[in-house]
Amino acid sequence: MSTPAVEHNPWHLRESYLFPRHVIAEIQRAAAEGIYDIRGFGAKRRLPHFDDLLFLGASVSRYPLEGYRERCDTDVTLGTRFATKPLELKIPVTIAGMSFGALSAPAKEALGRAATEVGTSTTTGDGGMTPEEREHSKILVYQLLPSRYGMNPDDLRRADAIEVVVGQGAKPGGGGMLLGHKISDRVAAMRDLPKGIDQRSACRHPDWTGPDDLEIKIHELREITDWEKPIFVKIGATRTYYDVQLAVKAGADAIVLDGMQGGTAATQDVFIEHVGIPTLPAIPLAVEALQELGMHRQLQLIVSGGIRTGADVAKALALGADAVSIGTAALIAMGDNSPEYEAEYRKIGSSAGYYDDWQAGRDPVGISTQDDELAARFDPVLGGRRVANYLRVLTLEAQTLARACGKTHLHNLEPEDLVALTVEAAAMARVPLAGTSWIPGHDGAS
Amino acid sequence: MGAGAGDRLRVGEGAGAVTAIGEAEAVSVEVVDLAVTPLRELNQRLHDLARGAPGPRRWRILNPNGAHAIACGLDADVEVEILGHAGYYCAGMNKRAQVKVHGNVGTGVAENIMSGRVEVEGNASQSAGATGRGGLLVVHGDASSRCGISMKGVDIVVRGSVGHMSAFMAQKGRLVVCSDAGEALGDSIYEAHLYVRGAVAGLGADCVEKELRPHHLAELTELLAQAGFDDLDPSEFRRYGSARQLYNFHVDHAGSY
Repeated sequence: MSTPAVEHNPWHLRESYLFPRHVIAEIQRAAAEGIYDIRGFGAKRRLPHFDDLLFLGASVSRYPLEGYRERCDTDVTLGTRFATKPLELKIPVTIAGMSFGALSAPAKEALGRAATEVGTSTTTGDGGMTPEEREHSKILVYQLLPSRYGMNPDDLRRADAIEVVVGQGAKPGGGGMLLGHKISDRVAAMRDLPKGIDQRSACRHPDWTGPDDLEIKIHELREITDWEKPIFVKIGATRTYYDVQLAVKAGADAIVLDGMQGGTAATQDVFIEHVGIPTLPAIPLAVEALQELGMHRQLQLIVSGGIRTGADVAKALALGADAVSIGTAALIAMGDNSPEYEAEYRKIGSSAGYYDDWQAGRDPVGISTQDDELAARFDPVLGGRRVANYLRVLTLEAQTLARACGKTHLHNLEPEDLVALTVEAAAMARVPLAGTSWIPGHDGAS
Repeated sequence: MGAGAGDRLRVGEGAGAVTAIGEAEAVSVEVVDLAVTPLRELNQRLHDLARGAPGPRRWRILNPNGAHAIACGLDADVEVEILGHAGYYCAGMNKRAQVKVHGNVGTGVAENIMSGRVEVEGNASQSAGATGRGGLLVVHGDASSRCGISMKGVDIVVRGSVGHMSAFMAQKGRLVVCSDAGEALGDSIYEAHLYVRGAVAGLGADCVEKELRPHHLAELTELLAQAGFDDLDPSEFRRYGSARQLYNFHVDHAGSY
């Protein structure tokens, strides 16, 4: 029995490291509901990331560029390997694939408007191409997913590039998921499904298995589009070295590499948190695979999964990416998790800064919903403007860092410009621990 | 093996095969020999027809020799005959065109077909008609595994048998199998209609046998007629479809997934 003196001392409450409150809550939820937790957003656990890297600005041994005067170019061309019409982007930050279904039609339109305003590309998702997003996206990448919802050759020909989705960082080895309450009449019609059912997309493509088939599939897509469109292959980061080499062999024009921090609209929490490798180690694995084949910078590497700031952009490029993609950050730029809606978040048991129930379709901001009333709250012009602003900030920040390192183009950033703050980040990113020449696991070896 | 596949094949005989198809032809036939003409050139010429270019409406492809992606992405009212075996994705994503293969086809024949008609006189490898959204695919021989996988509105009529996992996650459209079906037919099926005349080795999750009602008989009769198989008695078929038990997750069905 505790004495009153102890009961009134708050420090006698000790939270278990093994069973913290969120673990206890999840056990209790699982016991009550009998189904795994499905949610949106990306991995929430702490992972080695770009924050664990720092740039070595120029000083005596290197000279910097004037921050506001000297040029630091940002353009990138995607699809230079085989396509006769590669994508010419003004900035190396693209919008990742997100489906109509997961997002409302106005939200998809906003992403297209933003990308068009700053001269970059946006991407369809696991639900086909909507007329709104095609109309408002100057450069639109069309995803070919295992489900093939809405897939049709007219959209294939209308697209500016094709992305064969093998996997995504949030769930490498898993298929898409859209729960019944987000399957509206329009979403159902686009996907040829009954309204209101839980839609579980396949995890494998229906008509190819393995790298040899993929090569033939890519050939078919090239034939259908008369070899004009760049063809990307998107993979979730796992066995990245091998997957990248096989994608090159299969004939990809660009490889989209999504680290485990990559977001999702609806995935099992256990999948999000426990499958795949972080973006940080994935990039050097991909670059090594490309360099061995003599293909680094011959085809393009587009990296996603945890890009939030211009520093993240610059670090990804310095490690060898040609471009990056944003998903979660773009939704946040549009207004997701905005404190403006705190009262409404409270009503649905969440709070601004925590909201991850993108699968539920009750998004008070009107982004991850198919509810007409909620979607009507979202202004695609204003939302697009915000994302465009954010993309500009990412670019300006990356340029600031690149100029400090003396680079006239973002692509001139290199691993030599970086050091790591932690031993684990040094090992994963293959840059030395700050103040040392030590790259754990890579002593003297390539 | 389904009936009628082998005896009509004239494979690998080059120009000599032309006469095996039909003698009197009112309109001119454009003959393209893939032993001479690159596949890219053939497909480009066929695609150009979709953009309103004048050109022949009847095509005959010689020496396909198992090439992949023959006549894929068509979008024109043309007839294309392929004399020999085709590889993967023959007539993939077809719109409007009538494509007939006098031979066998590889994986994914008529994948994602939108409209028109694709006919295979021989056998088809796996994933025949995968994700097709409209049109008709007819296979005179057997189809392999995953026939009609994720079909979204296409009609598929197979004179012979289909392999395992056929009509997996089939969403819409009709699959008619005039002989047997392999294991796990219609696994996780949505609203597609399945008709099988022979034995079914096993049904997949949420797929059940359903009553063959008069309107089903009528639709089956029409499909058999379209395929040219009206010698078969539709009443000999059995119908399969979704039990709709897995449409929304329920904890008591967790073991069925």
